[in-house]
Amino acid sequence: MSKQINVALIGNPNTGKTSVFNALTGLNQKVGNYPGITVEKKEGICKLPRGLKAHIIDLPGTYSLNASSLDENVVIELLLNKNDKDFPDVAVVVSDVENLKRNLLLFTQIKDLEIPCILVINMADRMTYKGISLDIPFLEMQLETKIALISTRKNQGIKTLKDLITNYKELPTKPCLNASEIDVDYFNNLRKAFPNQLLYKLWLVITQDVNFGKTDRNEIETVADFKTKSKADLKRLQQKETIKRYQFINDTLKKGQTIDLSTAKDLRIKFDRILTHKFWGYLIFGIILLTIFQAIYDWSSIPMDFIDSAFASFSEWTKNKMPEGAFTSLIAEGIIPGLGGIVIFIPQIAFLFLFISVLEESGYMSRVVFLMDRIMRHFGLSGKSVVPLISGTACAIPAIMATRNIESWKERLITILVTPFTTCSARLPVYLIIIALVIPEGRIFGLSYQALTLMLLYLIGFGAAVGSAYILNKLLKIKSKTFFVVEMPNYKLPLLKNVALTVLEKTKSFVFGAGKIILAISIVLWFLASYGPGETFSNAAEIVTEQYALQNIPEAELQQHIASYKLEHSFIGITGRAIEPAIRPLGYDWKIGIAIVSSFAAREVFVGTLATIYSVGSDEEETIKNRMAGEINPILGGPLFNFASGISLLLFYAFAMQCMSTLAIVKRETNSWKWPTLQLVIMSSFAYLVAFIAYQILK
Amino acid sequence: MRITLAEIKRGEKAVITDVSSAHVPLKLLEMGCLPGNSVELVQVAPFADPMYLNINGSHLAIRKETAIHILIEISNE
Repeated sequence: MSKQINVALIGNPNTGKTSVFNALTGLNQKVGNYPGITVEKKEGICKLPRGLKAHIIDLPGTYSLNASSLDENVVIELLLNKNDKDFPDVAVVVSDVENLKRNLLLFTQIKDLEIPCILVINMADRMTYKGISLDIPFLEMQLETKIALISTRKNQGIKTLKDLITNYKELPTKPCLNASEIDVDYFNNLRKAFPNQLLYKLWLVITQDVNFGKTDRNEIETVADFKTKSKADLKRLQQKETIKRYQFINDTLKKGQTIDLSTAKDLRIKFDRILTHKFWGYLIFGIILLTIFQAIYDWSSIPMDFIDSAFASFSEWTKNKMPEGAFTSLIAEGIIPGLGGIVIFIPQIAFLFLFISVLEESGYMSRVVFLMDRIMRHFGLSGKSVVPLISGTACAIPAIMATRNIESWKERLITILVTPFTTCSARLPVYLIIIALVIPEGRIFGLSYQALTLMLLYLIGFGAAVGSAYILNKLLKIKSKTFFVVEMPNYKLPLLKNVALTVLEKTKSFVFGAGKIILAISIVLWFLASYGPGETFSNAAEIVTEQYALQNIPEAELQQHIASYKLEHSFIGITGRAIEPAIRPLGYDWKIGIAIVSSFAAREVFVGTLATIYSVGSDEEETIKNRMAGEINPILGGPLFNFASGISLLLFYAFAMQCMSTLAIVKRETNSWKWPTLQLVIMSSFAYLVAFIAYQILK
Repeated sequence: MRITLAEIKRGEKAVITDVSSAHVPLKLLEMGCLPGNSVELVQVAPFADPMYLNINGSHLAIRKETAIHILIEISNE
């Protein structure tokens, strides 16, 4: 029988921890959430020699064991709780050879918890470039550990790391320095009061602001002969502890590391002189954004057209091959078009995540934070709000979770509230199909009108976010201390494997997450559109035949009239026409109304819904786009999707809050129903108003 | 000459002499912003805020409002 051990990967942000995780686990990984909180939990399995298996957890990046955010708290909570099923048998601390000094701070803290530790020094391929040489045996002795010098980029040292994990029982567990020297009396008292507890663990529990391990804390408060210190005193002690640790690290590295500055090259400074420049920096950022939108639009149109027609033929094929009946029609007219409505957007979503992960991996995103901080502060936001606002173009849910590293509560709350305005990938399906229908083809300066419209919509979303932040900043009366620290990591060429895994993972979760909702809604819609109450629906064929009895029209056309009559008198038709008065001033008919109502569950449902509604009762093999283009406005005549109604729809989707999952996340992150309710009401009424004005002016 | 970190100019090298623990977050200290460590200005954003610094080999950006609570001494080179 094989034995399984727990391995925790711990390290500072930007040390390539995830690359190490990917190198160890490959495709044997899954991403979930920690129970009760929305911190991402990455785990995987790595096979080791002698039938041993390692269960590997990639913990959130942290600079120390003094948590200042929920993500960081996950690390501490796991390391302090021996009873946790994931409690590590061995901790692998990942460091970056260029930032060893800072990375070792966290390492010395983990050593104090007496957990067997392996130190990974990553990015070893940069050593000669940077003129760094290391005395590994000396460092292993001083740090009481085993070191694996690896390069995930060149795929070196992974085997050494695996061997070290296999032989984890031989690792020393002795701390490498004595932190209690910072206040001997205090720590002696602590030891006397809790003789059975690990001293450093007690210290961490005492200094933690975040509430966890309640039992431990109560214990400390109930022991009468132990005097706790004031918060300010504790803070001073923590500062003393940090200084002490750095002293030890400096002494160790003085002997164990030599840096030959004459051979060291530093391209970072040269890059940053330009990329963070007052003028060139902004220009380059603008060009990058423009390129992304052009690429998303142009590159993905080929696979999208292919998917669109493939699903149309598939639906037709099913209808011909399967025996006629309600079940076949459910599959061919309900499920397949509904699924087609989601699969078609895989190319675009994959491209979007590709760009975002390249920007993150290369280290460029931090430069954007730096460039934008001052500007964003005018609007009550932080430079760090730029990351949620940019990743909001993929999905608001991870974006809202990414606000956690914003230190000020007010800046964070405003960022959470305005992020849903940014154009998420779920709006993309709606935008793309409407743009294709109402914006003419043609190019200006090599950029297509359609791509420019898309870019404009992104800018409108961003403008709405920033504008409402400005108003919120004036309205909200929250005093909160602000501070701002951003690490500017070195530029790195993104690793293909990391980017590919991110794109794969995110696309998969988009397709399956959204796919489930869409499938369910498609089935319900098909049912509602295929059945109706009373005699008008069941006798549709006779009624219509009678109507056209005098005109001699071909059988096919008659069938079409029957189908549309049926649809109008089905459950969905009745509901749709009930809400029609409310949406007619915006230029929509009842079918669009149904699509809008169902997209309050999730925006991307819009296209799938229209696809389902239009294909019910239709015999022809048609793509979604052609069906929509053929719709006639029942009152005014002419195409239903014209310039005025198209722009009105685009604006409605730009501003309306139509995503239940986002509302749920906002509730969880702000811990109140007040904020998500306000978002829903204000954003949606604003959307209605703008769409109304746009249609009335343009029609 | 002792000044605050907010007054450092590009190209100057300095040593941190004091960090006010009441105003400077622990996280910044943990990233190497401690008395005795060297500091250098890499780049400033428009309006000289935030500041992109090289502190003891760590590259960080902080706002001016934090920098005024850190005292430095310019070391002439």
